[in-house]
Amino acid sequence: MMTRRPSRAALIAAKICIHLTALSWVGYYYFLAITDQLGSDPVKGIIHFTGMSALNMLLLTLAVSPLARNFNLPWLLGFRRLLGLYVFFFACLHLLNFILFELQLDFSLFIDEVIERPYITLGMLAFVILTALAITSFRHLKRKMGRHWQTLHNLIYAAVILVVIHFYWSVKSDITEPVIYILLIIGLLLFRRQKLSYYLRRKVARISQQ
Amino acid sequence: MLIKVKDKSSVIVDGRRRYMTESDVTDESVYQQRRQLLRGLGFIGASTLLWTNGIVGSGKARADTFKTQDLDFAKSNAQTVPDALTPEAKVISHNNFYEFGSQKHQPAENAQSFRVNPWSLKVGGEVEKPFTLDYEQLFSQFVIEERIYRLRCVEAWSMVIPWLGFELGKLIKRAQPTSKARYVAFKTLYDPEQMPGQRSRLVGGGIDYPYVEGLRIDEAMNPLTLLSVGLYGKTLPPQNGAPVRLVVPWKYGFKSIKSIVEIQLTEKQPPTTWNILAPHEYGFYANVNPEVDHPRWSQASERRITKGGLFTRNRIKTQMFNGYGEQVADLYRDMDLSKNY
Repeated sequence: MMTRRPSRAALIAAKICIHLTALSWVGYYYFLAITDQLGSDPVKGIIHFTGMSALNMLLLTLAVSPLARNFNLPWLLGFRRLLGLYVFFFACLHLLNFILFELQLDFSLFIDEVIERPYITLGMLAFVILTALAITSFRHLKRKMGRHWQTLHNLIYAAVILVVIHFYWSVKSDITEPVIYILLIIGLLLFRRQKLSYYLRRKVARISQQ
Repeated sequence: MLIKVKDKSSVIVDGRRRYMTESDVTDESVYQQRRQLLRGLGFIGASTLLWTNGIVGSGKARADTFKTQDLDFAKSNAQTVPDALTPEAKVISHNNFYEFGSQKHQPAENAQSFRVNPWSLKVGGEVEKPFTLDYEQLFSQFVIEERIYRLRCVEAWSMVIPWLGFELGKLIKRAQPTSKARYVAFKTLYDPEQMPGQRSRLVGGGIDYPYVEGLRIDEAMNPLTLLSVGLYGKTLPPQNGAPVRLVVPWKYGFKSIKSIVEIQLTEKQPPTTWNILAPHEYGFYANVNPEVDHPRWSQASERRITKGGLFTRNRIKTQMFNGYGEQVADLYRDMDLSKNY
């Protein structure tokens, strides 16, 4: 099957659109939160907004390669890094909001929370992974790292699992939404079952050799 | 916590100076108008990509807002706190009332057509003289007074609310408890037709309804314990528990059960809803206690919901018994509060 690759100009225009949409939404929500118009508790509002945005962006990023493969749209892969970096961007804002506005720079409380609250521990672990992936997203680093790059970036699957458990544990009792996300993520991971089972089997084989 | 107005532009909160922001002085009606405007614009559709749950303007316009009525009441100088009040608009739009949805903005949206009249509040159990109050009697049988209390939610946020109501103890005395009466059990209305959270477990957060709560009788008879029928000078809006709710200011908010239809004096400790749902997280006593953390978060401090946006420094230390230790600490003097949380 032949598909026409969009022109370079069209791809750039699409990327600019993604930037403008994402950044103006972020700006709009921060405007509402700063002026006390984002619900009765703007701190909770902005933390939830940035966290959910990070999770949604992560799902979008993970949807890119199955879409590209199954619909024969290889040019879609050109958006994956950009979307992935937006995951990191929203995760940074989410963490910053938590420290600046929720804990209000009480760093001893922050350390306690990270150590003592399992859902925050998981969230921080996911953030460490996302940071590593963002730092190694530059092209020349990717070339330098060779096959190690792919091994490192496979940690995105660990990150998505950590993130969704972080979400699940953070809600008080209404788990409908986290459960919907868990099902979506299982769906996205099923597209990669061969790759994932290959990696898992190789891990097991290596451990049993030792 | 003390807030003193130091000069025109700064206030001291918890010993730290902060400057008043525009939102500190934004008039209540302007605030409401802005919210209305946002609601009118119906901002949600385009935001769904970034965030699936809009807080802002959740689309449902409140055309048929529940009508509250002005109440006559006696101003009580005895029960007040020096803290700044939480604006009325926030008190009536940030609610945990899972019967109308488990997100904070949902009760205000889903409860507006709730019927409070006729109402029937049954008082019975281990008493000599059981009785029932109808809607009118809720407001006419006892002297209504104003009590300004802190409300500390177990989720680590808090408000300061001017309640209207009467002491629960006065109502209990009228029923003449027998010598067997050691606890007081409360029950919220069960009406799935009116309460979407009771119709669907998905809306109601997986709770088994009706919502039930309980107090030890000495807690119930404490003069701080209030049966509230109003706030901010008017009858209660449904999202705040109309027409009658409990207010126990030294306990976490979930103890203060809403829209009560039954008060039973009992011999045994009654079951309580959140304790049934997650006994390791929510105890029967649920006294505000900065030293006993929730398994998933710290209770040492809280964020006070007041006027102001993101940059308001509203994190304050949580006080033992929510600052009401003088009146209630004696009730628990021989108890290990880390076990009886």
